[in-house]
Amino acid sequence: MEQGMSYGAWAVIIVLGFPVTAALGLVFQWVDRVATARIQWRKGPPFYQPFADVAKLLGKETLVSHGASMGVFLAAPLVGFTGTAVAASLLWAAAIYPELSFAGDLIAVIYFLVVPSLALILGGSASGSPHSGLGSSREMKLVLGYELPFILAMVPAILNAGGTFRLGNLISAQADGSLLLGVPGVLAFLCALLAGHAKLGLVPFDQAEAETELMGGVELEYSGPALAMIRLMRAMLLFTLPMLIITVFWGGLQFTGLGGLSTIVKFIVLLVVVVLIRNTSPRLRIDQAVRFFWFILAPVAIIACAWALVFNYYG
Amino acid sequence: MVEDGIAEMGILGSLTGWGLKKSPWVYHLNAGACNNCDIEVAELLTPRFDVERLGVQLAGSPRHADALMVTGICTRQIRPRLQEIYRQTAKPCLVLCLGACACTGGIFHDAWHFAGPVDTVVREVDPDANIAYIPGCPPKPEAMISGLATALEEL
Repeated sequence: MEQGMSYGAWAVIIVLGFPVTAALGLVFQWVDRVATARIQWRKGPPFYQPFADVAKLLGKETLVSHGASMGVFLAAPLVGFTGTAVAASLLWAAAIYPELSFAGDLIAVIYFLVVPSLALILGGSASGSPHSGLGSSREMKLVLGYELPFILAMVPAILNAGGTFRLGNLISAQADGSLLLGVPGVLAFLCALLAGHAKLGLVPFDQAEAETELMGGVELEYSGPALAMIRLMRAMLLFTLPMLIITVFWGGLQFTGLGGLSTIVKFIVLLVVVVLIRNTSPRLRIDQAVRFFWFILAPVAIIACAWALVFNYYG
Repeated sequence: MVEDGIAEMGILGSLTGWGLKKSPWVYHLNAGACNNCDIEVAELLTPRFDVERLGVQLAGSPRHADALMVTGICTRQIRPRLQEIYRQTAKPCLVLCLGACACTGGIFHDAWHFAGPVDTVVREVDPDANIAYIPGCPPKPEAMISGLATALEEL
């Protein structure tokens, strides 16, 4: 450990963090689209559809409108994409080399997962379109809304692991699934799931894109490779957030035997929950969404924290 | 124009060309239609036809679109806007003239408000524009799917 990571470990993590996460994310997006289609009694796209979308966008022209500030507008998707890739790499690193995880890498992951939203806010406001500006302002409010319950939801898991922020310890403390047997763990898990749903920008929390009222909102003015970056970023988030939730609450990623099988099942369960929520709810108004996060989800997360504290102290 | 680009760019080019054929996003533009074609376009998204099978999605902005699906005769009012929207569309793109009006002007050919047909208006902006015609009043959804598929094959 004093030697630091070997080149081989770096290579593994970089490969897993970007190409593998992107490919799995695109497959997840396909599952999402096909499940949506089946719910609507349609047949749905073939499995290569998200890959074809990205490939096509890479070959298109990039347009920048007159009112846009070009540098920020084009840099924003790259920044968001990088943030997601780094967060995914950290989670993969913690799953494969738990002994190498450094103090506070959970906090780093949480930070890097805010970067995509910030990038979208920046890009939307730099694009010079009033629709994108409105989308940016909504995304900003949404971030203010869901970050509090999302971070609070991590606290019971942290307390369960003895007050450490190291992902390696978080995984080993609840590898047997003991965290989800208690009330605080379950409450925190649900809070993280719903806040994560808003992070993904899916219905009912898709106010920032709102393709029926803002025609795409923050990503409205993007075209070509920049739009491909945003699509890839969203795909990677669709894989990274379930991975974070499994890592922190649900036994961590396992790769061999029965553990590997159960990890796949966990991913599928989380994805199905996300797809079902997305398909059975209408879009909330932005004030309703913020109210939901501040006055329903945040108190629930606080109760979970308090419960976990008391339980830790006396239990 | 597009074929030359693909030939120049090698593997990446053929990959993006494949993507373009497999995932055409459509921006629907009503250039003075009577709404009948538009109703039939909405039909395409229903479970019966489900064009998402072919990767077709409705785009909210011409910047995301690969195909401009234009219905209507192109009236005097919409003419500059149609040209502007064609300029805003990320190339390479396809223009689909949907219905008898968009193809030729139809029964409005001698009318006062007629400023089309769509193909000449688009060609004023870009003489090399890829334009496909799907006639009918309105065209059947099957005809639209077939027209789009043929146009993408030829692209």
